[in-house]
Amino acid sequence: MKIHLPTTADDHRIAKLAAAAIGLTLAEAALPSPIPGVKPGLANIVTLAVLTRFGLRAAIWVGLLRVVAGSLLMGTFLSPTFFLSFVGAIASLAALAAAHRLPARFFGPVTHSVCAAFAHLGGQLALVYFWLIPHAGVAYLLPLFAGAALLFGTVNGVAAAFLLTRLPDTSPPLACADR
Amino acid sequence: MNPLVYFRAGDWFVVLLGGLCTAWLAATFWQGGAAQKVIIRAGGQLFTEARLDRTQRIVVPGPLGASLVEIEHGRARVAADPSPRQLCVKQGWLARAGDAALCLPNQISVELVGATRRFDSLNY
Repeated sequence: MKIHLPTTADDHRIAKLAAAAIGLTLAEAALPSPIPGVKPGLANIVTLAVLTRFGLRAAIWVGLLRVVAGSLLMGTFLSPTFFLSFVGAIASLAALAAAHRLPARFFGPVTHSVCAAFAHLGGQLALVYFWLIPHAGVAYLLPLFAGAALLFGTVNGVAAAFLLTRLPDTSPPLACADR
Repeated sequence: MNPLVYFRAGDWFVVLLGGLCTAWLAATFWQGGAAQKVIIRAGGQLFTEARLDRTQRIVVPGPLGASLVEIEHGRARVAADPSPRQLCVKQGWLARAGDAALCLPNQISVELVGATRRFDSLNY
């Protein structure tokens, strides 16, 4: 018996974009991190570009697929690492959903990226505090993480804006795009 | 390539807001705000000093009986005290430098201090 799953062009595009994000996740995992817990989050560049070009729904798909499939490839699925990524992704996608509604004339990918980075930090620290390390000392690292979120959020936002100028806009918008 | 061309007007505002937020967090958590040790006094004399990162219970004798000070997860409290109104027990956990609990009837005080003192002295 042959199982056939009907797929649409949207599915294919989301799969390709998620694959690009997963590739960046794996490449980043190979980089040494100066401070544990501080990572540039390069895969988010893809999510940001998808948000601007294809809309929120596609960005949510790419963001969540990236976390789940990336953790399967790294062997961390359902480990604390996975839940940290997952909560971070949920929080930053929620922030993106809000930031996406700001007028595009004044607020671009840099705004989206910085908001998502701070939400990511907030979500992860909340999980760390309430689940992994219920210790007030976690707060001592907060300014450091906030500085990293600001720096990498800004850099990723600029990278996404740059990527959007280079991506050909020939592909038709997704049927599920919400813009 | 000049990265600044990718900033829109509101982006500057958001980045500035993020910077202010980071600076505020640093000012809150790094300027002596984090308590490092606890000073326990009994009868006006220094009874003991203890670090806040080790969980422990300290029994402090006073004129009415023994008070119990608990230290846990970077904070401290008076867990039990023979004073009639239990004011220092009801104060709960002390977590920031400068926080203090006084059990006046039993002549015991518990005070948290950080890297720098926020106040020279406190009057009640």
